[in-house]
Amino acid sequence: MSGVRVLVGTRKGAFVLEADGKREKWDISGPFFGGWEIYHMKGSPVDPNRIYASQSTGWHGQVVQRSNDGGKTWEPMNNKFVYDGVPGTHQWYDGTPHPWEFKRVWHFEPSLTDADTVYAGVEDAALFRTTDGGTTWLELSGLRGHGSGPRWQPGAGGLGLHTIILDPSDPKRIYIAISAAGAFRTDDGGESWKPINKGLSSPYLPDPTAEVGHCVHHVAMHPARPGVLFMQKHWDVMRSDDAGDNWREVSGNLPTDFGFTLDVHAHEPETVYVVPIKSDSEHYPPEGKLRVYRSRSGGDEWEPLSKGLPQSDCYVDVLRDAMAVDSLDSCGIYFGTTGGQVYASADSGDSWTALAHDLPAVLSIEVQTLK
Amino acid sequence: MIRVMLPAHLRNLAGTGSEVTVEIQGPATIAAVLDALEAQYPMLCGTIRDQVTHERRAFVRFFACEEDWSHESTDKALPDVVAQGKEPLLIIGAIAGG
Repeated sequence: MSGVRVLVGTRKGAFVLEADGKREKWDISGPFFGGWEIYHMKGSPVDPNRIYASQSTGWHGQVVQRSNDGGKTWEPMNNKFVYDGVPGTHQWYDGTPHPWEFKRVWHFEPSLTDADTVYAGVEDAALFRTTDGGTTWLELSGLRGHGSGPRWQPGAGGLGLHTIILDPSDPKRIYIAISAAGAFRTDDGGESWKPINKGLSSPYLPDPTAEVGHCVHHVAMHPARPGVLFMQKHWDVMRSDDAGDNWREVSGNLPTDFGFTLDVHAHEPETVYVVPIKSDSEHYPPEGKLRVYRSRSGGDEWEPLSKGLPQSDCYVDVLRDAMAVDSLDSCGIYFGTTGGQVYASADSGDSWTALAHDLPAVLSIEVQTLK
Repeated sequence: MIRVMLPAHLRNLAGTGSEVTVEIQGPATIAAVLDALEAQYPMLCGTIRDQVTHERRAFVRFFACEEDWSHESTDKALPDVVAQGKEPLLIIGAIAGG
């Protein structure tokens, strides 16, 4: 029988939520790694029982955890992330040069074809890869070697590489995004990279349409439409139909186009979800109403989804990696909040229920659809 | 035998109680203790000191015999009572909220 496993990374540990295919009764296990920040967990598409977790604290740095049994037990793996060569400098918040320093892993992206191969997006921004299940990590230094690194600058949360998208139709094509550098693409398996930010405009840059420097919050892609990308930028929801070469704004009638997360329906490539947040200085929903917005037309026209979500006095945030979808029929949508709630919709967003009310602040959500 | 007190996060990570013991060859220094500790508990690599430079992590401190050893050379000989296992070396997470 099918089932769903929701991997929840929080400010104080990891939680695993599981249900059968009806998605009515949920079992919550955890906290795993209590007291540690879990920026992200993700399972291998090849072997769903293989899950990688990024565990860190400001005191003790980065730990990599691996489970081979669907999150029941965990094993610490190698946590040695060493930049290739002399890392050099990026921009600090005030534009001055600042040395590149490894801080943490923001995102793990397991390979589509090999359970031992995983990409890691880290802060300060770089892309690492293991091909031995986390025993060793090597930087794909062509990204930082692109030449624009000295112009990258940290967003409020740090200079994090937070989005990694593997193209299922082309194993050599990878998209990544960095706050605040922008989006980049490789077409040769990570050897060389190009910025793909044409069409983005960011008024906080001296040149608002600069090649790099944009605070891209998240990018999502439907696997059946690998050339179509959706982006939640600092402000603006954007869309590209040519693999990121050009972007156009599709914020349309959203109440605010600031936000962090977005995702695409599992079966409808033109159905997109965002969670509008009031502004860059007020990280909570407009009017104190938590609403997911859905576009069935690939952007521009959006409808609020609020059934089951708090519609008064709600001042939580939904972070960039805190939304995911399952691939059951109908598609399930999941997101977590900084207030510790995990909300789920088993009907493509029409109605929502809270799977958990009182977890620590949710940093990330990933969903595994189990056969 | 040298006794080492670990902070809570590292006890959880290493799956130990609050205190562990390590055996070292040669002079009892913080560097030697950390070498032995990391050999015994590989998951602690990088959590107390940098894996490449061996520089102490900024929010970790070392105490021994009610003295702060955080800024001493890690090659300096620890007090005899620590070397003899009568007093522990304390590895402390700095008070930094959380």
